[in-house]
Amino acid sequence: MSPVKDKKPFSPADMSRRRKRSLALALVLAGLVVLFFVTTIVRLGGDVALRNL
Amino acid sequence: MSDIQADISDTSAAALGGEGTVKDYWTLLKPRVMSLVIFTALAGLVAASSDIHPWLALVALLAIAVGAGASGALNMWYDADIDALMARTANRPVPRGAILPGEALGFGLALAAGSVLVLGLLVNIVAAALLAFTIFFYAVIYTMWLKRSTPQNIVIGGAAGAFPPMIGWAAATGSVTLASIALFLIIFMWTPPHFWALALFREGDYARAGVPMLPNVAGADETRRQILLYSLILVPITFLPSLLGTTGLVYTIVTALLGAAFLWHAFDVFRLRAGEPARRACRRLFGFSILYLFAIFAAIIAERILGIVPFTQVIG
Repeated sequence: MSPVKDKKPFSPADMSRRRKRSLALALVLAGLVVLFFVTTIVRLGGDVALRNL
Repeated sequence: MSDIQADISDTSAAALGGEGTVKDYWTLLKPRVMSLVIFTALAGLVAASSDIHPWLALVALLAIAVGAGASGALNMWYDADIDALMARTANRPVPRGAILPGEALGFGLALAAGSVLVLGLLVNIVAAALLAFTIFFYAVIYTMWLKRSTPQNIVIGGAAGAFPPMIGWAAATGSVTLASIALFLIIFMWTPPHFWALALFREGDYARAGVPMLPNVAGADETRRQILLYSLILVPITFLPSLLGTTGLVYTIVTALLGAAFLWHAFDVFRLRAGEPARRACRRLFGFSILYLFAIFAAIIAERILGIVPFTQVIG
């Protein structure tokens, strides 16, 4: 059998830390979405309004 | 439930890693170093006087900051063994066991790749290439090679800390110029006196960890001589931005006054060689050197904000 079987399962403190890390990661990913979106708009600038429709 | 599932459910957090808090990961980024990097990169960005969009300038600063943080995480991954032996660093997340070495490595590599990609895709390739080189230089050339092998470690390794204003300049203009190299040189020549002043009053720490800092290898007196020598080279170099037409009267006056004070502190370290007065002189130089660098780059930013006209270019 695996030696890790004797170890304790995740404690509530472990789970709380994991939740907070996941939340931080989610915020970073959301921030990246905003970053890329706004930068695209900034880089397009006024040119987007001057295109042929 | 299969054996594999049972194993996973029984596995402790310690066995898998995952003990670290968000704060521990934040600590891996060396936030204090990161703040100085952001500040000097901002100075490079504004000194370049380009018409970069403020949002793109913000993106560039963010990417440079994350790149600096990645370097810090990679440094803490590799140096965990010696960090555990020094009072100043023993409480870092990896030697403390809060974050596993593999987690620190993965975190550092992911941030390094992410920051370079973001800078390259959203700002420009020259700045991204410089950032990639800086991370490589700090993590591989300095941390893995020079730090443990030569007392000149921080002289050459100091280049990594000197690149941020050049990256800021490149982010704004897409180029490397003499003026941006001058900003690099200021930090490059500032690093040895700054770190050797620290090494003089933390000599025991570095010796315990087997890091060949100049005081343990060449002795305290030679270190004092080198501090004075580098300070004498540093102060004239701080006038280069004015000679190259990047800065004006305010910067020049501030730099002259601060330079005189820096030399005075360096001479004090050279003169006082024993006991508590010598130790205090080293601490004073170390503390002042941080203020010195901050004030020099603050003067560059202040001149741009206040609209002070730079001197006409004299050389270059």
